[in-house]
Amino acid sequence: MIINHPILGPRDAQEFTYLGDANLIDRPDWRAENAIKAFHDYLHLRDNPAGEHRELWFHEQGDRSWLVVTRDTLTHEITSVELARDVARERGRGK
Amino acid sequence: MTYSAFRILKEALTGHKGWGPQWRDPVPQPDYDYVIVGGGGHGLATAYYLASKFDQGRIAVLEKRWIGGGNVGRNTTIIRSNYLLDGNEPFYEFSLKLWEGLERDLNYNAMVSQRGVLNLVHTDAQRDSARRRGNAMILNGSDAELLDADGVRAMYPFLNFEDARFPIKGGLLQRRGGTARHDAVAWGYARGADRRGVDIIQNCEVTGFRIKDGKVLGVETSRGYIAADKVGVAVAGSSSRVMETAGMRLPIESHVLQAFVSEGLKPTISGVITYGAGHFYCSQSDKGGLVFGGDIDMYNSYAQRGNLPAVEDVMESGISLIPALGRVRLLRSWGGIMDMSMDGSPFIDRTHIEGLYFNGGWCYGGFKATPASGYCFAHLLATDRRHETATAYRLDRFRRGCMIDEKGQGAQPNLH
Ligand SMILES: Cc1cc2nc3c(=O)[nH]c(=O)nc-3n(C[C@H](O)[C@H](O)[C@H](O)COP(=O)(O)OP(=O)(O)OC[C@H]3O[C@@H](n4cnc5c(N)ncnc54)[C@H](O)[C@@H]3O)c2cc1C
Repeated sequence: MIINHPILGPRDAQEFTYLGDANLIDRPDWRAENAIKAFHDYLHLRDNPAGEHRELWFHEQGDRSWLVVTRDTLTHEITSVELARDVARERGRGK
Repeated sequence: MTYSAFRILKEALTGHKGWGPQWRDPVPQPDYDYVIVGGGGHGLATAYYLASKFDQGRIAVLEKRWIGGGNVGRNTTIIRSNYLLDGNEPFYEFSLKLWEGLERDLNYNAMVSQRGVLNLVHTDAQRDSARRRGNAMILNGSDAELLDADGVRAMYPFLNFEDARFPIKGGLLQRRGGTARHDAVAWGYARGADRRGVDIIQNCEVTGFRIKDGKVLGVETSRGYIAADKVGVAVAGSSSRVMETAGMRLPIESHVLQAFVSEGLKPTISGVITYGAGHFYCSQSDKGGLVFGGDIDMYNSYAQRGNLPAVEDVMESGISLIPALGRVRLLRSWGGIMDMSMDGSPFIDRTHIEGLYFNGGWCYGGFKATPASGYCFAHLLATDRRHETATAYRLDRFRRGCMIDEKGQGAQPNLH
């Protein structure tokens, strides 16, 4: 697979390490009432779809940036690649 | 039809005209006592043990495609019970004991071959952990032997012993481990279940569940609605997709694992060898092909085919352990979809929906579990109690802090 890195252009997926579902960006609030349940679900449960999947890849052997890759789990086709930083900011994280 | 030496002789003399189909092709009935979703090894074994050891009720196995087309027919056929943790080892040892009596029980040649599984160690720390694991196995009534380098050399002189980075220092040998013919396991269970009245219904995809007041009433399928008192789901890599239709999110990711077979060679590798410094395992089939595999491809996938980097990695690991492999030609490779769980261990459990039961999370090691998984799932379905060797395989174990994490990797499925 080739991942079209937003800064570096097309790179072999072998340069990356895979983490998993991009929902891992949305770490729950540890002060919330239901924090224990929220962390359980966050850490252990997955949608695991057959089809479009947004997922986190780390460019370990490159610029060490985290990317959100949108990929089809049935065909392995990649349709979009974003910097995880931008995605996290959009979701109100890391201010 | 019962198989016997006499029967083979008779058929040989009469042109093999008397072999009939091994199971019926029944029309689905409108309702059953038990519906098992998924005609892989685990679903078929569940139906077989339900019918032969537990309830005598009316049972159906519903399979989306054809039986044996899933992981049960795609794996590298290694059977063993060399686990460390209490939640696992008694279960896998129970499974190995069932393997030992399987062919007689089924009257079917599943080619169970206890040719020994050897896990190599390359460092002192690995030797310590192998010793600890071996002791845990022995404490659970299993067998284990720690070999030194000479012991390994006597068995497999062609391994790369003097590798500068990863010299072979010994290995943990389970002599009762080995291999079985995977398709024959599916067929044997199917035939055994069919003979006890189980309806095996192929080309029948379950598309949803009918649930009322927290109780399951039956399943929606591509061949119409089928009512059932109890529904057991054992669909391996499709677990999340199927359980999603019952409103559940599972602690599972689906990943692809590849397997490889070489051209046929003369007998070279008598047992199963696993590499301790890379991910690589290898045995030789009775036809002569080397059967081997390694890591999963690492990313979520439902594609049943992998990518080249994983192929390269497996070949590199293989050649660094067995340099002679460099001269061998690869014949074919394929992939299967693994139900990778968050701690690398499986589930055999009820769900929050009455009458709906779940079996899954087998990762890349569920073939060896087939007999015990079927037995314990049948036990749960029939008695509503967990079998004594499968009490830890609960869906809520992460919430309760009772993970069964053999590798200590945490909730990162692709590392288990
Ligand atoms: C390459 C590879 C190598 C492996 N090597 C080993 C090994 O050496 N040792 C070992 O112990 N394990 C190994 N495994 C793992 C083992 O094969 C699996 O854990 C085990 O087979 C899973 O259980 P099963 O046989 O029931 O799965 P499957 O055979 O996959 O059965 C699941 C069935 O459910 C059906 N299904 C799915 N969705 C639906 C639906 N909606 N309705 C109806 N039916 C449905 C599927 O079509 C399939 O037939 C390996 C797996 C692979 C892919």
